[in-house]
Amino acid sequence: MEKMRFSLYRYNPDKDAKPYMQDIEVEVDATDVKLLDALVKLKAVDDTLSFRRSCREGICGSDAMNINGKNGLACVTDLRSLKQPITLRPLPGLPVIRDLIVDMTQFFKQYHSIKPYVVNDTPAPERERLQSPEDRKELDGLYECILCACCSTSCPSFWWNPDKFVGPAGLLAAYRFIADTRDTITSERLDNLEDPYRLFRCHTIMNCVDVCPKGLNPTKAIGKIKDLMVRRAV
Amino acid sequence: MVNRIVVGAHYGLRDWILQRATAVIMAIYTVGIVLALLAIPGTHEGWKAFFACTAVRVVTQVTLIALFAHVWVGMRDLWMDYIKPVGLRLTMHVFTIVWLVGTLVYSVKVVWGM
Repeated sequence: MEKMRFSLYRYNPDKDAKPYMQDIEVEVDATDVKLLDALVKLKAVDDTLSFRRSCREGICGSDAMNINGKNGLACVTDLRSLKQPITLRPLPGLPVIRDLIVDMTQFFKQYHSIKPYVVNDTPAPERERLQSPEDRKELDGLYECILCACCSTSCPSFWWNPDKFVGPAGLLAAYRFIADTRDTITSERLDNLEDPYRLFRCHTIMNCVDVCPKGLNPTKAIGKIKDLMVRRAV
Repeated sequence: MVNRIVVGAHYGLRDWILQRATAVIMAIYTVGIVLALLAIPGTHEGWKAFFACTAVRVVTQVTLIALFAHVWVGMRDLWMDYIKPVGLRLTMHVFTIVWLVGTLVYSVKVVWGM
């Protein structure tokens, strides 16, 4: 058993006039490996603490938060690699609902704006639409996104213009469908992004790449979208 | 007026290419001018003779035009990021253009010794 120190962002809009940081200690044992394990123990100490969590293995993307100043998933972050006191804040740039829970409406609005589904108006084949292994390979590094919002909420362009800039997660998804050989509206998708705000707010600072818990590279995908636009225009 | 979020201006690529192309022009000029200035005599007369050459003036003027185009995209991006009221932002856009055109005219005077 060992004690770990935490500094937690707390805010309950029903009770608190403004957010505050709560210093708290919790006893963890050898079986508590990830940050989420400690959060579950913290919840047992103070059951008013609110955070989202579900799969606890980096698939659902629910427990994204700002950990010691860097966005990440609590369930895949090694507890003992963190400097104490471990400071936990909600994802930056989104409205806080309570404690570590943020309102992701804006994030998903941007995601939906890029039509995150294959559009193909040709008659459906008897079985599925097939892809060659090479074509399928194009989607690697794109389809794995779990929409945890770590990237978009670490992006200053998204902080300043969350209503207009699609953000790294949305743009990664946009390229995922542009790159899909089964999709037939590539030009329409490029038209949708040809905008000083929607795509070109990205100034390639690569915060998104730095924080992605799945090791994806939205900056590279954004670069490929720009490449295609150049190829279309020049 | 209903306060709606409107996007879809259907431009941006040209500015993005412009910013990169002008950056390359400025980088090439910077390297070239440093090498040239090291090669010529480091006196007032040496510099005067160098910048009297028409080719040098043309290249310098082209680079300055590239600089102003680069500044336009960069400053416009700043206003887009940080200035929210549309009227104020448009005013800043116009001010930036007027200022850059003025600078361009003055740069012609300087480069061509008029």
